[in-house]
Order: sequence, then C-alpha cells, then structure tokens
Amino acid sequence: MTDARPLADRAALARIARRRRGEAAFRTASMAAVVAAVAMLGWLLVTLVGSGATAFYQHVITLDVALDPSKLDPTGARDPAELQKASFRPILQSAIYGRFPEATGRDERRELFALISVAGATDRLRRMVRDDPALVGTTVRITAPVSDVVDQLLKGRIDRKVDATLRPVSDRQIAWIDALRASGEIKARFNATFFTATDSRDPELAGIASAVVGSAMALAVALMLAAPIGIAAALYLEEFAPKNRITDIIEININNLAAVPSIVFGLLGLAVFLSFFGLPRSAPLVGGFVLALMTLPTIIIAARSALAAVPPSIAAAALSVGASPVQAVFHHKLPLAAPGILTGVIIGMARALGETAPLLMIGMVAFVTEIPSSLTEPASALPVQIFLWSDSPERAWAERASAAILVLLIVLGAMNAAAIFLRQRLEKRW
Amino acid sequence: MTTLGIFLSLIFESLRFFAQVPPLDFLTGLQWSPQTAMREDQAGQSGAFGAVPVFLGTLMITGVAMLVALPIGLMIAFYLAEYAPARMRAAVKPAVELLAGVPTVVYGYFALLTVGPAIRGFAEAMGFAVPTQSAVAAGAVMGIMIIPFISSLSDDVINAVPQSLRDGAYALGATKSETLLRVVFPAALPGIVGAFLLGVSRAIGETMIVVMAAGRAANLSANPFEAMTTVTVQIVAVLTGDQEFDSPKTLSAFTLGITLFVVTLILNVIALIVVRSYRDRYE
Repeated sequence: MTDARPLADRAALARIARRRRGEAAFRTASMAAVVAAVAMLGWLLVTLVGSGATAFYQHVITLDVALDPSKLDPTGARDPAELQKASFRPILQSAIYGRFPEATGRDERRELFALISVAGATDRLRRMVRDDPALVGTTVRITAPVSDVVDQLLKGRIDRKVDATLRPVSDRQIAWIDALRASGEIKARFNATFFTATDSRDPELAGIASAVVGSAMALAVALMLAAPIGIAAALYLEEFAPKNRITDIIEININNLAAVPSIVFGLLGLAVFLSFFGLPRSAPLVGGFVLALMTLPTIIIAARSALAAVPPSIAAAALSVGASPVQAVFHHKLPLAAPGILTGVIIGMARALGETAPLLMIGMVAFVTEIPSSLTEPASALPVQIFLWSDSPERAWAERASAAILVLLIVLGAMNAAAIFLRQRLEKRW
Repeated sequence: MTTLGIFLSLIFESLRFFAQVPPLDFLTGLQWSPQTAMREDQAGQSGAFGAVPVFLGTLMITGVAMLVALPIGLMIAFYLAEYAPARMRAAVKPAVELLAGVPTVVYGYFALLTVGPAIRGFAEAMGFAVPTQSAVAAGAVMGIMIIPFISSLSDDVINAVPQSLRDGAYALGATKSETLLRVVFPAALPGIVGAFLLGVSRAIGETMIVVMAAGRAANLSANPFEAMTTVTVQIVAVLTGDQEFDSPKTLSAFTLGITLFVVTLILNVIALIVVRSYRDRYE
C-alpha cells in the first residue's frame, strides 16, 4: 500500500469536509457562549466599579464663616439652647456671597448658594457652636461637602459641553467652581461620610451606616435561629429519623422550600409575624426571622450532605467501643462534618445578606436617618438601601448605589472565599 | 418540625385569602388596577383584580429570560462537558457560577441603569422609541442571572450520560458535535428539561430585577419593548406602603403570592421528578 489511492469519491470527501466545518462551527459557538457569559460578568463588574469607585471620594469646600452674633444670638444671652435653634443659613449665605462679591443679582446669589451642601454646612456650624459657644462673634473656617451637582461636575459626570439649559449647572456656576478649584478652596478627599453617615435626603450627606447596622442585626438574628434549628433538623433527619412516609414527605418539602421564590417568604413574614403576632414593622428582628426561614432549607440540605459524607465506619467504630448512638453522633460524626456544615451556613448567610424582596414585604424600606440601636427599631438593610438609591433620579444617587453595591459584593466575596477556604483546609476526603 | 410548620401555614394562608377574592374574576379578568377603593361607597370600590395582564407580563419576561439563558446556558454546558480541557473547566465553571452569586438587587440596578438605557439607545438609533423600563431589559438581565442554573444543571446531566453511548457514536465515525447533538443531547434531554423548568420557576419568582426594570403598570400587550408588570412586581407595589391588612388590595397581593407559590411549586416538583427518573435510568 505505497501508492496513494483515493479512499472515497469526491462527494464523500465533500461531506467529510462539511461535517468537519460543522464541528468547528459548533465548537466555536460553544466557546462563544462561555465568552459571552464571562463578558457579561465582566461588563457588570466594570460598570459597577466605573460608576461606583468615584463615590469613595468627595469634594469639599473650605469657607470662612463669620459667626455674626446679631444674626445668631440677637438677645446676646449666649444661651446654648437658643443658639441651637438659631438659623445658620444667613451667615452661611453671607460667607459665600462675601467670597464672590461680584454676584449681586437674586438669581446669581441663589445659584452661588446652591454650590454648597447647605444641610451639611449648617449642621457642621451648629455643632461647632454647641461645642464652644464662645466662637460666636469670631470667624471660623469650615470644610463642608459641596452640593451633589458640583461634585458630579468635578467628577466629570456632567458634560460641560452640553447646552447650559440641559445641564443642572449654569455657566456662571461652572466659572465659580473652577475658580474655587484653582485656588484650592474646593478639594477632593476621602468620603468618610459614606461609611459613617445614615441615609439622607441629600446625596452628598448620605451614607450606608444605618443600612449596614440593620443588615448586621437581621443577619445575626437569622444566624442564631437558622443555624441551630437547621443543624438539629439535619441531625434528626439524617441520623435518628425513621425512614417512612412522613420523613419522606418532609424531605421533599425541604427540597421544595429551597426553591420557593424569596418573595413568598416575605409574604409569609408579613402575614404571620406582623399581622398575626403583631411584631413591629421595619424591624431587623422580623427581617432576621424571615431570612432565617429562607435560609433554613439551604442549611438543612448542606448539613445533611456533610453528615452523609462522614463514612459509616466512624460511627460503627464508636458504637463498637460502647458509645450510645447519641454519643457516636455528637462526639464523632458531628465534629467531622462541622467544616461542611459551616460552609453551608456561610453560604446560606451570604445569600440572606443579598436578599431584598422579603425585606421589602415586611417594610424594611423605611427612610432611616438614625443608626438603629435595638432589634425592634425601624432599620434598613444594605440591599434595600441600594434599591432605594437606584430608584432616585439624581445621578449622585446612582453613584452612591454603585458604591454600596461594591461594598456588598466585597462582603459577599469575603464570605464565599471563607467558605471555600474552610472547605479546602478542613474537609477530609475519605 | 419547623419546615412542616411553614408549609402548613402557607396552605392555611392560601385558603384564607382565596376565600375572600372571587377566584374566577381573578383568573379571567383583563383589568388590573388595585389602586382604588378609598371609601366604602365609592364607585369601583372593589377595584379591578383581573390578573390576566399580570400573568401575561410575567410570561413575556420569563420568555425573554429563557431565550437568553437557554441557548447560552446549554452551549456553556456542552463546552464544559465535552470540549473544555480540565484546567479551562476549573477556571470557567466557578466564573459562570459567580453570576448566580450576585444579589438580584445588583442585577436590578444593572438592568435599570445600564442595560435599559443601552437598549433604548440602540432602539432609538434604529428608529424606535422604547422606554427605559421594558420587558426586554428586565428579561435579558434575568436571563443572565439564570445562565448558571441552566449551565451547571445541564453540565451535570450531560456528564451523567454513560460514556459507552459516546464511544459507540465515535466508533461509527461521528464527530464530537454530531455525537453531542444526536446521541448525548437526546439522552440527556429529560435532565435538561428539568433544568429548564427550574430556570423558569426561578424567573417567575424573581422579584428585584423586574421591580426595578420592568415597570409597574399592568399592560396587556404583545410587544416586549413596552413596560410590563409581573406577579412579583404587583405584590411589591401593593404591599410596600401602609394600608389596612384586610383590604381587597392587600388580599390581592396574597392571592398573587399564593398563585406564584403554587406555580413554582408545581414546576419544581415536575422538574425534580423528571430529573430523578432520568437519574434512575442510568444508574
């Protein structure tokens, strides 16, 4: 067989070529699907980082404010209570008008005043006077956030070239902003407010502190309820329950509950905890209950499979040296299954942390301006805060929402990484 | 057992709520406007609770989501199961599953502020006017969310197809794609149908994406580029805010919730039965 002889006729060769092309096309298409999915993930992350990263810094304006006694304290009594009630708005106005004396018209002055975050600046002044009433009559230097529109302009999110009627800042305002920026009176600095402040009506003053505390409380409640109950249920089902119809039904039930839409758990929470037991609305306690119900099936399933993965020889060995069945389970099987159970609990908690819909149902959408100090006070949660902010029209809110999402994703990533770490470090393979 | 308690109370609630809203009107009415009934004597005091537009909106968005998720998810599963080298598989699988770990509110944000405007911009360039909140935007993003469910479940069932079937096809000279499409795919079909059903049940029950990106007004339309509403959106719309607990408006939300629960439950059970019978066949 040294001379080459065609194995098949031309039509057959063409068929083979076509089939090979089909193979290559299919292979390419399947790879394209993978690329598409990964690209979507990338797109999502890039968008979030791109729009959220800038929220971690903020522009502030330095102003010299004369604390004019005739405006703040006309009686001259320097009574601290009276001073707290005084309006700091006029002195703030004089301070900024003094900086740009050429602005005299009504509209001009209104636009000028709009550069500062009024609530932020007056709040700062009020606190300074409270701490030291002797300051009245002197001139103090304060740094206060600029208003959200100015901040967005300086971050390049408002296009300066757009026609002035279509953008939220006027040409005059831009000239002032640039002058202040050039003289160093407006500076960028790390946005600590975002982490220490609560929700606010002004984007430049809003922070995630109340949402984070609310989330932490709800999660703590969920963990304390779901982990012990879930593990106990798994132990019973896996180790002690008789195999009969009832346990069968329960098992199918648990599997189904794990796939029930989360909003149904919210409805259940509304009907049972709020309406039937009369617990307070918007409370992290109720949020925790609902999240616990939601994560329970996940934890039970994970704990059962962790228990089932412990080889029967271990329990058999314990039993053979005289341990009771309960001792065999608690002294030997449970410690060995612990890493797997823990992983399941962490993953369940991570899911609970990202959950929004059931919390909407039980009213954890309140506008919360104080950090909740007990489990029954109205609170928000981080995902709910994201939802609220992304529904608000100003650009600055979208930026805040992205930043809050980044914080949430980092926490979730850390939790999942911990779960993976635990699984790899502690889990034994038999 | 706690879980049994949950289940029982759900059934209890469902009976209570269905008793108060006439089931027939609810299932066949074409008008959905629960925002009425301010006073007892007002005309239209009971509001309109025809859930058909709401169901259709849900169906439409779910359909869009599955149109995105099914082909991509399946192709990923094919690639992972048959083509990807081991190291590639180890890298791609967790990356795809990351998509499932992203909280839904993040997807909602993405749909509302990135995908929605992108679709609108694209449509405007083509000469259509499309609102930012549309069934397509919500559905497409939901599809992205469901990709990992489809891909990892299908991957599992494809891997469970006995190697002997593949070897038989290869021995006859079939290429990999021919083996996949004509031998492995039909053999794995029940499992893939199960994965599909689980994906559908996910899509129907998904809340945050549609609340943020699909719109609130019930709209009886076949155009996926319009704003539409879903069962879950209506539950949220009706229940966020203060109102009496036993007004028909509130009860309508519970009725929707029960419908949702029952539908997803049925889908899940069918999916589980299908997958289980499939597993039994090859074990």
